Amino acid sequence: MGSEPVPGAEIIPTLTGLHYRYAGGAAGCARKVCSAKGTALEKLASELYEALIALDTPRVTALFEEAVSRRGPILAVEEMMVPALVRMGEEWHSGRIALSQTYMGSRICEAVVDRLLPHGTERYKGLPKTAIAVLSDYHMLGKRMVLSVLRASGLPVLDYGRMDRDELVERVLADNTKILLISVLMLPSALKVKEVRSALDASEAGVKIAVGGAPFLFDPELWREVGADAMGQSAADAVSIVQRWQEGRA
Amino acid sequence: MMTSMQRVLTALGHREPDKVPLFLLTTMHGAKELGLSIREYYSRAEHVVEGQMRLLAKYRSDCLVPFHYAGLECEAFGGDTVFYDDGPPNAGAPVIRRPEDIDRLEPPKVADGAGLVRVLEVTRQLKARVGDTVPIIGVAISPFSLPVMQMGFEPYIRLIYEQPERFARLMAVNQAFCVEWANAQLAAGATAIVYFDPVSSPTNISRELYLKTGHRVALETLPQIKGATAIHLASGRGLAIVDDIAATGTAGVGVSTLEDLAEWKAAARGRFTVIGNLNGVEMRRWTPAQAEDEVKRAIGKAGRGGGFILADNHGEIPWQVPEEVLLAIRDAADRWGRYPLDWVE
Repeated sequence: MGSEPVPGAEIIPTLTGLHYRYAGGAAGCARKVCSAKGTALEKLASELYEALIALDTPRVTALFEEAVSRRGPILAVEEMMVPALVRMGEEWHSGRIALSQTYMGSRICEAVVDRLLPHGTERYKGLPKTAIAVLSDYHMLGKRMVLSVLRASGLPVLDYGRMDRDELVERVLADNTKILLISVLMLPSALKVKEVRSALDASEAGVKIAVGGAPFLFDPELWREVGADAMGQSAADAVSIVQRWQEGRA
Repeated sequence: MMTSMQRVLTALGHREPDKVPLFLLTTMHGAKELGLSIREYYSRAEHVVEGQMRLLAKYRSDCLVPFHYAGLECEAFGGDTVFYDDGPPNAGAPVIRRPEDIDRLEPPKVADGAGLVRVLEVTRQLKARVGDTVPIIGVAISPFSLPVMQMGFEPYIRLIYEQPERFARLMAVNQAFCVEWANAQLAAGATAIVYFDPVSSPTNISRELYLKTGHRVALETLPQIKGATAIHLASGRGLAIVDDIAATGTAGVGVSTLEDLAEWKAAARGRFTVIGNLNGVEMRRWTPAQAEDEVKRAIGKAGRGGGFILADNHGEIPWQVPEEVLLAIRDAADRWGRYPLDWVE
C-alpha cells in the first residue's frame, strides 16, 4: 500500500499534507512514517479535503466511515483526517481558502471523529498534559479551531477558556500542565505571553508554550521575542507541535 | 505646496500631487500626547480633539481621525467596552447572546449613543479647527462585519451558514444603523467614511460566500452613504475580490501587508485609490533605517501616477509603535514621496 515504516524519520508536513510521521500521541504506538501517496487512502484523503471545504457533512461522514472500515478508526484518523486538516491549514495560510471554511470544516471533522472514534483514556496514559487558553483578549475563534483540529486528530487537550496572566499561570501549575497552547488576536495580548513565560520559568514547571494568532502571522519574529517555544501558522499546525512535544521531542 | 486636502483629492483623482499623501492613522497615541490613560482619553471629546491636533502637528499626517474604537458601535446596541492600558478597547460581552435575540433587535439611534455623540462632537471641533485644509476621516463598521462584535465570530459564522433568514434580518438592522451613523459623521464634518469590512476579506470568507453576503450588503449600503467611502479589509487579503470591490464604487481600498502593493495598483486600474500597506505589527520594532526602507519600497511599488495613499495595513497604528518610528516614516515619506518619482525604475 506504499505505507512503509521509516524508523526515526521526522514529521514531514508537505504541501499535499500526505507525507507525515505520526506518533499518534498514544503510549506504545509504533513510530512510523505514513506515506499515503498513491494509495486508495490518499484518494480518500483528497476527496475528504474537497468535501470539507464544500462543507459536505454527509460526504465527510461517508468517506471517514469507508476509511475506518479499511484501516480501523485510529489509522483512519492518522492517515486521512489529519492530512486533510493539515492541508486545510496550509491552504488557509497561503490564502487559497477562507477562515470560515477551515472553521466549519474542522468542526465537521471534530463531530465525525467524536462519533466514530473509540473513546477512552487508556491510549493517552502517561502523556504530558496539554491545555489551550485565550490570553487576555476576548477573541475565541482561533482557540475553538485549534480545539476542533486537535480533537479531530484524536489528541486530548484541556480547554481553559479565556484567562488573564495570573489565572492562567496558577491553573497551569495546579494542573501540572506541560504543554500550553496560547491563542491571541490582539498585539498587547501577544506581548503578555512573555509574562506567562517568565512566571512559569520562575516556578521551574518545565512548561512548553506554543502560540498562535494574527500578531504572530504579521511579525514572524514575535513568537521568539515573547519566549514561546513554537508558533502555529494555522490551527492545524497545533497537531504536529503537540504530537512532537507529547513524545518528548524538542 | 498643496494642503493635505488638495494632496489627497489629487491622489484620489489618479493624478500626481506634490508628494505621496501619508495617512498615519494614530488614534490611541493621542492619549500619550496628553499623558492620559486610553480610557480617560476617550472619555471627553476635548481630549481627542487636542490629541488629534497635537499628532497632526508632530507627524504632519494628511488626515485627522475622530474615530475612537470599534466597540463604540456595539455600545450603541447596549454593549459595554473593556479598556486596556496598552491597546485598543475591545467590545465586551456579546449583545446578541442567542440567534433568537436578532428577532427583536432594532437599530439604535445615533443621537441616543453617548459615545457616538462624542465622536460627532470631535468631528465638529476638528472641522472648526482645520476647515477644508485637512481631510477628516470618519469610520463605520460594515453591517456585515459588525456582528463579530455583536455576537462573537464563531456564532456569527454559524449564523451565516445555518440561519439565512436571521442573517438577513441582522443585516437589515445593521445597515440602517450604519447608514445613519456614516451620514451623521459626514454631516458633522467628516470628509469621507472608511467602511471597515474585514469579514468580507477572502482571508475570512470565500469569494463565493462573499458575493452572496458581504458584497451584496456593500452594494446596498455604500450608495446610501452621502459621501466618499473607502473599504478597509483591516489586514485581510483582498486581491481575489478586487473587481468585486471595484464594483461597489468605493473610492479607496485599504490593502493588507500580506499582498503586493504593485499587484494591487495594477489590479485597481484607476478604479480606486490603493491605501497601505506598512506592517503595523512589525513597525513596533523597526529602526529608523528599516522604516525608511519600508516607506521607499511601498512608494516604489504603488506611488507612480497618483491613486496611492501611504498608510499602515490595518487602519490603526498599534499603541506600541514608538515616536521615533513614526517620525522616521514621516521623514521617509517626505524624502521618497515627492513627485515626480524619478527614482522609481
